[in-house]
Amino acid sequence: MIRRSTTVWRALLLVFCAVVAVWLVAPSLIVVPLSFTDRASFNFPPNGWSAQWYTNFFTDPSWLWSLEASLRVGVLVAIVATVCGTAAAVAFSRTRFFGDQGLRALLLAPMIVPVIVVAIGIYAIYLRLNLLGTTLGFVVAHSVLALPFVIVPVLASLQGFDRRLEDAAAICGARRWTTFRTVTLPLVAPGVLSGALFAFATSFDEVILSLFIQSPYLQTLPVRMYSSVTRDTDPTIAAAATVILALTTALTVLASIITIRRSRVH
Amino acid sequence: MTLVDVFSGGAAPPQSRTETEGARRRRRGAYALLTPSVILVIGVFVVPLALMLWRSFTDPVAGFGNFTWYMGDEVQRRVLLRTFTTGLEVTVICLVLGYPYAYAMVAFGPKVRAMLTLLVLVPFWTSLMVRTFAWVILLQDNGPAHTILSLIGLGDVRLIRTNLGVVIGMSQILLPFMVLPLYAVMAGIDRKLVLASSSLGARPLMSFIRIWAPLTMPGVGAGALMVFISSLGFYVTPALLGSPDNALISQQIYVQVNSLLQWGRGGAMGVVLLLLTFVVLAVLMLALRRASRQKQPS
Amino acid sequence: MSIDHAPRGASITMRGLTKRYDSVTAVNAIDLEARPGEFLTLLGPSGSGKTTTLNMIAGFVDVTEGELQIDGQPVGDLPPYRRNIGMVFQEYALFPHMTVTHNVEYPLRQRKFAKAERREKVAAALQTVGLEDFGRRMPKALSGGQQQRVALARAIVYEPRVLLMDEPLGALDKKLRDSLQLEIKRIHGELGTTFVYVTHDQDEALVLSDRIAVFNDARIEQVGTPTELYERPESVFVAGFLGESSLFGGTVTDGRTVDVGGRRIVAGRGDFVRGDTVAVVVRPERIRIVAGESEPAAVNAVPGTVIQEIYLGNSRKVEVRLSDDTMVLVRESAGNITPTEPGQHIWLTFDPDNAAILPA
Repeated sequence: MIRRSTTVWRALLLVFCAVVAVWLVAPSLIVVPLSFTDRASFNFPPNGWSAQWYTNFFTDPSWLWSLEASLRVGVLVAIVATVCGTAAAVAFSRTRFFGDQGLRALLLAPMIVPVIVVAIGIYAIYLRLNLLGTTLGFVVAHSVLALPFVIVPVLASLQGFDRRLEDAAAICGARRWTTFRTVTLPLVAPGVLSGALFAFATSFDEVILSLFIQSPYLQTLPVRMYSSVTRDTDPTIAAAATVILALTTALTVLASIITIRRSRVH
Repeated sequence: MTLVDVFSGGAAPPQSRTETEGARRRRRGAYALLTPSVILVIGVFVVPLALMLWRSFTDPVAGFGNFTWYMGDEVQRRVLLRTFTTGLEVTVICLVLGYPYAYAMVAFGPKVRAMLTLLVLVPFWTSLMVRTFAWVILLQDNGPAHTILSLIGLGDVRLIRTNLGVVIGMSQILLPFMVLPLYAVMAGIDRKLVLASSSLGARPLMSFIRIWAPLTMPGVGAGALMVFISSLGFYVTPALLGSPDNALISQQIYVQVNSLLQWGRGGAMGVVLLLLTFVVLAVLMLALRRASRQKQPS
Repeated sequence: MSIDHAPRGASITMRGLTKRYDSVTAVNAIDLEARPGEFLTLLGPSGSGKTTTLNMIAGFVDVTEGELQIDGQPVGDLPPYRRNIGMVFQEYALFPHMTVTHNVEYPLRQRKFAKAERREKVAAALQTVGLEDFGRRMPKALSGGQQQRVALARAIVYEPRVLLMDEPLGALDKKLRDSLQLEIKRIHGELGTTFVYVTHDQDEALVLSDRIAVFNDARIEQVGTPTELYERPESVFVAGFLGESSLFGGTVTDGRTVDVGGRRIVAGRGDFVRGDTVAVVVRPERIRIVAGESEPAAVNAVPGTVIQEIYLGNSRKVEVRLSDDTMVLVRESAGNITPTEPGQHIWLTFDPDNAAILPA
């Protein structure tokens, strides 16, 4: 029995949410039509249509290299952060030890500390060690930022995991690594995969730290876009933005599917 | 300790009463698992922070020079204040928009909830650069937002390179950080509490205000915390949507370090920003803890 | 699986076995031996230490003090995966992402058995538990009873000499529990492995066990066969935990004679010193009700008032209040009922041979 006033309120709420949702999603969509403009201007809506900026994006070396750099760094960061983060999560979920809470806070701190503060320190160090604009430098720096985003979902997955399954495996004769490989990992795989995706996205999207540690030899895609916005009026950036938009939407949908499937298995 | 022990490199560790072999083995294993992460964090997080702290007290000369400069500089004080107020404005806007949205995620059926969740997650995943760039397009002079505003007679309002533009952009970008924690808390509240209250005769609005809303406070706190702290350190959005005249602290830090090579001053500002972040964090966490303690039945 | 009539179980020796957590002693210096091939049950209320003891045998809990040996070999330092024993857990602990076959096969893979041999042993194990055709199923498609049987198959597939079971039937309904109990007893008979079974259900213990160790507050109160424990409990706790008991409190006058509320009671067992406060323990089904006001001619007679009669179908229980305001229980089977009504004064009689004196 729903009274009429409740229905009115609910309808209003729904309308409100629709407006907010549009405000959340729509602005990003503006880059899509803009990427097809025929002139070198950010005039919106565009007067004519052309795909030249996409061609430019995929042929201009500076754009292509930055895309390749971002992908390369992103994948490496996903690997490094996932391995380190999963190991750390396993350690946290298994035993209570000295400095437990402190270490947990330390590893999760990069999530809270403003990146720019860390960035200037890293810039100073990389300057001294000649690591500016190197893949190693980028991977290491991004991995620290991505680490908490791996630890949180993997730890959550492990804590929801039935410990007696590992005991059962042990009594069946499996040593620790075998148990992890054959029992624990398959069952926490969704959490690990989420973590890996988060790590990739964190690295791929990272701007401020990358602005500091870049060099003409290595610019990630967001850095390239940033310098494009500040320097010139080049709609190629809109094409780049559209490509990123497509990629991240696909990743979000993928992550949602993984989460849904995980809740169905258990 | 026998002679054999001495030659084999030491006696076995004494059998401690409080810790047995198995527990010790597990502890060593845990330390080994944590080593790579700890090395990473110490090397690329703790050391840079320490270096910055060090430089703020030693560059160009040892002492508090950089801090006295910072406290004394009129411009910097205004920047700090502006950063703070911008953060507050963004947090309030996110709260006003996010609270009903999160409520809707709880109040409606699974299909609507799934749709709303997806719609809040997609921008969460979308690149910061993309969203900021989109706002640059939208808010530019004679751009779409400007056109819409002039239709309602507000044609003279400039949006780009203003603090207003920065606030608008940051609010949209940080909204998911408010909605998600709020939803998490709201989803955990037992709806039966509201039903119980209305079965005792209270009108729906009363039930809502007296019973349900206070229980959402932890979510409000967590969301506000995340939004405010994120906005303190924001660089890209204020840099692209604002102007040097209305810069925020992160832009000033960038200028000091990258353009002026004033490591000491930049470091000092970094220390101030860090302190500000921790103070806000501590205050809000204390408030949250006190609020949750009040809820415990005595 | 060959049926070997010689016991193929190992012996388990526990001497002074202790487990301490900070300030709490969970198991307090117990001495217990599981004989080769026997079905030993660890019985007791929650928190009495029986599960901790089992976990120490398995290797999941480290031993604080004392000796633990399997077949004479000390195992205190061995991790669980080296102890070569089988275990069935309370919530089955089947690997949810593997089929029944892969679950049962898992221990064989760890021991590097060849594929053909694995198939053979898995088939034999599944047959023993009656689930031959269930190989391809996933655990979540099985009922509770079926899952428990798969867990059992996984535990016996590599023919361990010790099998531990941690309240495996706790999550099942009564009918299923009863039928699975008989299955477990049968499998024990077939395999000859040493079974160590933990439960808080005394009926279960009585049905399954060769011997029962009764745990109370981190110690073992008594070890014996079901008959020994039931007929000759050595403490009030054991008397109360295994089966029902009726207690008559009183003071010893001499030897086996006790003064219960002014009446002279003779018991068949128990030697105490004059003046000791004791409880005379009788099983409810061994007490007879005699109606009437005058004292009947019997060795032991105690007066009381009927409080409540409870009808149980094949028997009934009568609650009687004694002169010292304690309550005792009398059980009469359907053919032997003495008609009574609440409030009636009656006499309770019992044979000295059915009474034992225990410390109060």
